[in-house]
Amino acid sequence: MLDIALMISLTLVVLALLLNVYRLAVGPDMPDRILALDTMYINSIALIVLMGLWLNTKTYFESALLIAMLGFISTVAVCKYLLRGDIIE
Amino acid sequence: MTLYVILEGVIAFFLVAGGVFAFIGSLGMAHLPDFYMRLHGPTKATTLGIGCMLIASMLYFWVTQGKPDIQEMLITLFLFITAPVSAHLMAKTGLHMQLKHIDETGGRPPELRPEEIGEKPVPHPDRGHG
Repeated sequence: MLDIALMISLTLVVLALLLNVYRLAVGPDMPDRILALDTMYINSIALIVLMGLWLNTKTYFESALLIAMLGFISTVAVCKYLLRGDIIE
Repeated sequence: MTLYVILEGVIAFFLVAGGVFAFIGSLGMAHLPDFYMRLHGPTKATTLGIGCMLIASMLYFWVTQGKPDIQEMLITLFLFITAPVSAHLMAKTGLHMQLKHIDETGGRPPELRPEEIGEKPVPHPDRGHG
C-alpha cells in the first residue's frame, strides 16, 4: 500500500514540477516567473522528502531544510529588487 | 499487527493527499488567467500539500525507527511561516509593476499608499525626488 501511495505521490509531484516549468517559460511578466520558481523549490522539497521515504533514509532532510531557507531568501531578494531597485538599501 | 496496518493506511492517505494538493496548486498556477489569481494556488494548496507529505514522513520514521524526529516539524513550521511572507511580497511586486488583470479581479486596495500601487514616483526618504 505504501509503495503504491509513494508512486502516485511521486507522479503528481513530477507533474506539478512540469507545470511549474511551463509557467516559468511562458509567464508573461517577471512576478509570474518568481512565483514559478517559488513553487518549484517547494515542490523540490516535496520530491526530496519522497526520495527519503523511498530510500528509507533521513540523510536528505538537511538539504530540504537548506533549500527551504535559501529559496525563501532568494524570493524575498528578487521581490525587493523589483520593488525598490535595490536589495539592501 | 492491526495497528501497523492502520498506520500504513494513514501514512498512505497523507502521501496521496499531499501529492494531490501539490498538483492542484501547480495546476492553478499554470491555468488561471491573471497573476493575482495565480498567486492563490501555490501559496495555499501547495503549502498544505507539502505539510501533508512532511506529516506522512514524520509518521513513517516515527513508526520504523521508534522515536519522533524534530526535523520534519522544523521544515513544516518554516514553510508555513515563510509562505505568507513571500506571497505578500509577490503581491506587492505585482501591484507595484501594475500587471494586467481581468475585470473580476478586485484591485486598488484602499489601505495601500498610492506609491505602493505605482501611481506616482516613490520619493527617496532623505533626498525627496531629487
